[in-house]
Amino acid sequence: MSATIDQLVNREYQYGFSTDIESDTLPPGLSEDTVRFISAKKNEPEWLLEWRLKAYRRWLTMKEPHWPNVTYPPIDYQASSYYSAPKSVKPLGSLDEVDPKLLETYAKLGISLNEQKRLSGVAVDAVFDSVSVGTTFREELAKEGIIFCSFSEAVREHGDLVRQYLGSVIPYSDNFFAALNSAVFSDGSFCYIPKGVRCPMELSTYFRINQETTGQFERTLIVADEGSYVSYLEGCTAPKRDTNQLHAAVVEIVALDNATVKYSTVQNWYAGDENGLGGIYNFVTKRGKAMKNSKISWTQVETGSAITWKYPSVILQGDNSVGEFYSVAVASKMQQADTGTKMIHIGRNTKSNIVSKGISAMKGQNSYRGKVHILPKAEGARNYTQCDSMLVGNECGAHTFPYIEVQNNSAILEHEASTSKIGEDQIFYLKQRGLDAEQAVSMIVSGFCKEVFKELPMEFALEAQQLLGITLEGSVG
Amino acid sequence: MLEIRDLHASVDGTPILKGITLTVNAGEVHAVMGPNGSGKSTLAQVLAGHPAYEITGGEMLYNGENLAEMDAEVRAQQGVFLAFQYPVEIPGVSNAYFLRAAYNAKRKAQGLDEVDPMEFLDLVEEQLKLVDMDPAMLHRSVNAGFSGGEKKRNEILQMAVLTPSLAILDETDSGLDIDALRIVANGVNALKRPENATILVTHYQRLLNYIVPDYVHVLAGGRIVKSGGKELALELEARGYDWLLEAVA
Repeated sequence: MSATIDQLVNREYQYGFSTDIESDTLPPGLSEDTVRFISAKKNEPEWLLEWRLKAYRRWLTMKEPHWPNVTYPPIDYQASSYYSAPKSVKPLGSLDEVDPKLLETYAKLGISLNEQKRLSGVAVDAVFDSVSVGTTFREELAKEGIIFCSFSEAVREHGDLVRQYLGSVIPYSDNFFAALNSAVFSDGSFCYIPKGVRCPMELSTYFRINQETTGQFERTLIVADEGSYVSYLEGCTAPKRDTNQLHAAVVEIVALDNATVKYSTVQNWYAGDENGLGGIYNFVTKRGKAMKNSKISWTQVETGSAITWKYPSVILQGDNSVGEFYSVAVASKMQQADTGTKMIHIGRNTKSNIVSKGISAMKGQNSYRGKVHILPKAEGARNYTQCDSMLVGNECGAHTFPYIEVQNNSAILEHEASTSKIGEDQIFYLKQRGLDAEQAVSMIVSGFCKEVFKELPMEFALEAQQLLGITLEGSVG
Repeated sequence: MLEIRDLHASVDGTPILKGITLTVNAGEVHAVMGPNGSGKSTLAQVLAGHPAYEITGGEMLYNGENLAEMDAEVRAQQGVFLAFQYPVEIPGVSNAYFLRAAYNAKRKAQGLDEVDPMEFLDLVEEQLKLVDMDPAMLHRSVNAGFSGGEKKRNEILQMAVLTPSLAILDETDSGLDIDALRIVANGVNALKRPENATILVTHYQRLLNYIVPDYVHVLAGGRIVKSGGKELALELEARGYDWLLEAVA
């Protein structure tokens, strides 16, 4: 039996290949010139360059946060390259002109950008290193007035909208990594849903890091106008490398009155090997602002990255707004995850719901860090938090850091937490019914994560479940 | 069907079974009785392949094959079933899904096609009646929040679905009131076939009023100290275990 376990442990990260493609890559290093270079490369308007430079100057005065429960050697920000783009990507190129090598890369990842083979019902914006290489279903979406394109294109074509909302939820000064991103972000996705429109398909961004020394700093901005609805999915993978790569993304969501935004992530960056060599440092800032009667729902399945530092949050600004956070975070091998959410209740009768499922296996360390803040005017606010941890094996760890701040006495908060261990007895019980060890673990873990999986769009729930199975394979001996 | 010869087993280096010899043929019901700590449950766990127990001597042949060399899931697929003394809870996994996965694992091992959820529901509905279980129980998480009696009935339901050749019932009567006991016993009796065998592990004679054994074995100190017919159980009920333990000592 141990032979099969060993085999499974050593199973290759499925997305670990790299694409040999000629790229325009900026030499490593970060200065005002780097920022100007990126902005010039993208023919950006003056206001955006100014915004980037303000962010950069602010970043210089900031310190990398060390409060997360993760450890890693100091990051040399001058060693990373801040821009890399395949040479063959032309600005505004149509999908038919996309380099076959890139199409092939995405096909290997299970994402078809080909007109004929597109995943029906899902529009994809494919981001490769620093640039968007193509966006599908644009014409169909445009009929509804929906804008879905790369960030760079949005700056050119819909500058006013971008200018109005960029940094309105996450200002460039928000935190160290958000400031860095604001200075050097290269591309990402932009999405605008007009008033009263229900987006007819899932929108999705697929991020791929390819270059070895490149950091990825993408930025996503989603604006849901009054009474609109959109469901958005983000996927990410990276080649297997021995070095650590930096990924510092920002996602901003604006949900205007009566709008609903559902944002789901299946994060599968390369996690490094079982000795902790390589893997992505995933330092991400995600936040939404919910106006009157609106709802923002974050669902995340975090299985990759060597280090994850991520707290998708909701500012419940408008009365009766709702914020949700459903999370499954897995830390296996030598992975470290410090993730959770912040729910900031400002409006009256605001509600938030937090369901966090942390799974630690092998030598993984998993921390839930969450904040619920009820401000003085948030009359009748409610929060429910459920925070469960599961341990697989004896060398891993689970930690919980809940912060609660209540400044209005009418608030009702509930917090439930549990820690369980996949025991020999649970596995034996399932084996005694004819299931093998992997099936047994997969069944126990799926059951544990059920409340979160049911929040994912159908197609991705299955993917997430399989991914979890693969991530945990070999963790039971 | 099952031949146990001079079986020795230990847990964490402590010997528990110290030379068990027992033959179970198809169609037979064997009761294994004994005081607490005599090794009854260990015997059940060892037969089912619990990894915590180390076999230090002797052998167990199941249809002529060495059980010790089979993984627990292979034993299960080949018809060895253990009804647990403490059935394990699996939150978030529905009983129906779990039962079907187990059923299909066995079918797959036999080279048969897996059954889909609809077919399976038809199949399991029949078995539910056997243990007087509400179909709603199928949609609850496996054993989570079940009462003691419900858990035991759920074990018998699994047994009914999986139709084992060798069923080992570990203290299935413990914690049951008289009605639940009767339901469980009726279930076990209804599943009895000439080609199947049952081993009942129990402390009390009570269960044997409902499931009549062909043989009764008394385990003490990791050995079988006395074997007999069903009347031995009644004698134990009347006299307790001490007279046997003294005789051994």
